[in-house]
Amino acid sequence: MTGRRVVIGVGNEFRRDDGFGPEVVAELRARGDDRLAGVQLYVSDGEPSRMLDAWSGAELAIVIDVAVGIGGPGGWSELALPEVAGPQHTASGHDIGLGTTVALARVLGRLPPRVVALVAHGHDLGFGVGLSGGVAEAVRPVADRVCALLAAP
Amino acid sequence: MTHRSDRLIDVRALARVEGEGAMHVRVRDGAVAGVRLEIYEPPRFFEAFLRGRRHTEPPDITARICGICPVAYQMSACAAIEDACGVTVPPSLADLRRLLYCGEWIESHTLHIYLLHAPDFLGYPSALDLAKDRRDLVERGLTLKKTGNDLIEVVGGRAIHPVNVRVGGFHRVPAPADLAPLRERLRVALDQALETVRWVAGFDFPDFRHEHEMLALTEPGRYAIESGTVATTGGLGFGVREFEDHVIEEHVPHSTALHAHLAGRGRYLTGPAARYTLNHRWLSPLAREVAAEAGLGAECLNPYRSIIVRAVETVYAVEEAIRLIDCYEPPSEAAVPVPPRAGTGRGATEAPRGTLFHRYELDAAGLVTSARIVPPTSQNQAAVEDDLGRFVAGRLDLPDDRLTAECEQAIRNYDPCISCATHFLDLRVDRG
Repeated sequence: MTGRRVVIGVGNEFRRDDGFGPEVVAELRARGDDRLAGVQLYVSDGEPSRMLDAWSGAELAIVIDVAVGIGGPGGWSELALPEVAGPQHTASGHDIGLGTTVALARVLGRLPPRVVALVAHGHDLGFGVGLSGGVAEAVRPVADRVCALLAAP
Repeated sequence: MTHRSDRLIDVRALARVEGEGAMHVRVRDGAVAGVRLEIYEPPRFFEAFLRGRRHTEPPDITARICGICPVAYQMSACAAIEDACGVTVPPSLADLRRLLYCGEWIESHTLHIYLLHAPDFLGYPSALDLAKDRRDLVERGLTLKKTGNDLIEVVGGRAIHPVNVRVGGFHRVPAPADLAPLRERLRVALDQALETVRWVAGFDFPDFRHEHEMLALTEPGRYAIESGTVATTGGLGFGVREFEDHVIEEHVPHSTALHAHLAGRGRYLTGPAARYTLNHRWLSPLAREVAAEAGLGAECLNPYRSIIVRAVETVYAVEEAIRLIDCYEPPSEAAVPVPPRAGTGRGATEAPRGTLFHRYELDAAGLVTSARIVPPTSQNQAAVEDDLGRFVAGRLDLPDDRLTAECEQAIRNYDPCISCATHFLDLRVDRG
């Protein structure tokens, strides 16, 4: 794989489990894994235009995020296009989801050929720092999966 | 449904507003009986969270309150901490802060105009639908916004939650060569900003006029952004240190955020329209010219036309950024020392959405013993509720879905950043 590859950790470390994406990016930065050579690591609040800027021109975008109500604590899911491609009904600009961002990117011709979302199953998005136990346990396996995806041809 | 005198409309999601909350409108016997902006989230978490922290930490911590206006939080926090410690940064560092702030105005205003508000005026349910028909317009907005993001990244260290800001100045200052590429892009951005003003000026604006007193920082000689004293359209003027003598916050039963009013005067509005009304004479000649061309007069009292003001302020911010880059000489020091001392400090700056006030009390070791943050959205809540009540009263003959959609648009006029005041917003119109 020779094109630009990006890993985007979405979230806010001051909103409990919402800090999962940034935490995985921090884990990846600390590893110094050879498979991360040349890979651009971003932390984003998920705001659509910044997501588009981060992945425009990339051939692979791996998005690390958290969602509530999709599974039990401690688990995580791997979604690939088109599973993350649907626009959602949104409550706010802060709440424009990945699906809507993907849909906007597609309309604008700025969607990477491959988008993979690794989504932790969170349950606490309240104010405060620190991941809940189950979500914290998902940091390393998700980081492992990121490295594996980057190593795949 | 329109023949009924009592109606109930529930809108569970208010789209394209920064943050989340709830707006509840009660209609009884064919008349508006009450409007409430409901806020659910635990209030003032950050104020509590700041207690016991070192005096150097509020800029980085409060930046996390909002992903859209972190610079505003950093600038008001720095101003307040430096006030408490008796430190004034030199003009070269103040100018660099203003340059950073211009980036935030550009990106925040452009986000609101293109992705949140313009679709309302053009009959699209979202920017996604607008992009399907007018990709060129959305691309123009995204390009303009990216220029603001990149300006924040160069000066602030990164585009969201900048890491280069500290009390006393910056961790490092950019070299002129770092800013030179931005200048060229800002020249392009200026044309895009001017096109934006002309574009939004052509929208159809409902006839609506509020009668609220308006409040903004003002600074003779230039358009107030990162400094100034407080002025109102009612003739009130006071220093930032007297802010809490004049702005009173109180709990209201339906909200966990505080509502603000002017002591002895009542509700008021802050934000772009207030800034424009109080300070338009300090805009650049080009910004004043394009504002006049767009039909803005000496005041802006129609909330719908605030989208024009945001576009004009974007023109100004782009021009001001170019001016600041042209005269930029790297400060001799990236920051001045801010030794802690016991005391109270207050700071206010003009966030994209309006005046943002911070107050910190420090002990002798520089630990924060109390913090107070008054964001623009909570200041505006009472006025928004009043406007929405009047707005609904004139549209009770509309079917529920249409009225709900128009209420949503009306709220977006104020660009509320509920996540700054608290979080979670949806809209309910209760007619029965």
